[in-house]
Amino acid sequence: MAWTRDEMAQRAARELKDGFYVNLGIGMPTLVANHAGDLDITLQSENGMLGMGPFPWEGEEDADLINAGKQTVTELPRTAYFSSADSFAMIRGGHMDLSILGAMEVAENGDLANWMVPGKMVKGMGGAMDLVAGTPRIVVMMEHSDKAGNPKFIPACTLPLTGRNVVDVIITDIAVFERADRKGAPFRLVETAPGVSAEDVKARTTAAFVV
Amino acid sequence: MANKVYSDAASALDGLLFDGMTIVSGGFGLCGIPENSIAAIRAAGTKNLTVVSNNAGVDGFGLGLLLETRQVKKMISSYVGENKEFERQYLSGELELEFAPQGTLAERMRAGGAGIPGFYTRTGVGTLVAEGKEHKVFDGETYIMERGIVGDLAIVKAWKADRFGNLVFRKTARNFNPMAATAGKVTVAEVEEIVADGALDPDLIHTPSVFVQRVFVGTFEKRIEQRTVRKREAA
Repeated sequence: MAWTRDEMAQRAARELKDGFYVNLGIGMPTLVANHAGDLDITLQSENGMLGMGPFPWEGEEDADLINAGKQTVTELPRTAYFSSADSFAMIRGGHMDLSILGAMEVAENGDLANWMVPGKMVKGMGGAMDLVAGTPRIVVMMEHSDKAGNPKFIPACTLPLTGRNVVDVIITDIAVFERADRKGAPFRLVETAPGVSAEDVKARTTAAFVV
Repeated sequence: MANKVYSDAASALDGLLFDGMTIVSGGFGLCGIPENSIAAIRAAGTKNLTVVSNNAGVDGFGLGLLLETRQVKKMISSYVGENKEFERQYLSGELELEFAPQGTLAERMRAGGAGIPGFYTRTGVGTLVAEGKEHKVFDGETYIMERGIVGDLAIVKAWKADRFGNLVFRKTARNFNPMAATAGKVTVAEVEEIVADGALDPDLIHTPSVFVQRVFVGTFEKRIEQRTVRKREAA
């Protein structure tokens, strides 16, 4: 049985460590914040905020206080605001501990594609290319298959890349893959959803991985 | 000292606009955008603009207003996904678009404003963004060269100013504004309030006055793009 989005977020939260500075991508990765438990995590929002709080109470929204998804948020006692240049100095300079992002495709060599479908979707990369270029550990959360049923963890990306050799962990709705390093270690299947076997995962994946 | 304070956007922009110019704008999404100057540029009808801004506004607001009137020839942005008219003009070839990763765009403004014509970054190596750019290896790692940006005009939005042009921003409305303020040959700042001399703490000024040539008090709609809230428990 496949994991729900919330269960995937719960699993992704196990990648967090106490004291981490973390950037969560737009969409499913934002759910991870709900599962941090007792860990002391500082969330970064690349539009210029460290220490991002929850959504405001109704009626307390502030147009000057939004996250990278343009959603209204709140500040915390630890919050700091800064410019976009400072924000990406944190990111590009390798000062963040972890980023959790969505993906359209991940290749077996760790390449990531998540910003463009030529001729169809032309929205832009936002901060994703900077995040994958600068953050030492990148966790991807995505459905195992796309809407047409095609695998998304594949031998080589077909879409324009966000970064080469940048993904460390892949969490899908049926499996978790991890690799030991970015120097040629293969992705290893480390977990499966309840009732899903390694054989099931193999049958639904075209990328090479070890079990 | 020359007067920097103007009564409104139209007078602050008077004599600065010309067809084919490059305008650098602050703002992220609709947060901290110079909405008064954008409206005045629309009213002035200046054409063939190259606009450097992280986003392109939405249909009917922000930079979307200049797209509607076809005043923009080219955008340099990191994310334009909120604007249908943008997508239509781009896919039909009416609008040029240069995608720059968000951090690269911020640094291009910062570098341009700091007198640095180019810099090397790892962001975008091995992607479409790297095509045609100089590659260089430092300590075994490949980087690409990106160019600093200097615009003919920068338009920014701040919270408070003094009459000298010192600026203070508020919360995440700061975003690209401090870099944009440095990256214009002339910089026009619109603010919510111009305070008395000495009312801004010199230790807490975000943009020092030397970067700002003209300042005015604007009126702000401050539209919220995604209103997300927690519901209060019913009493």
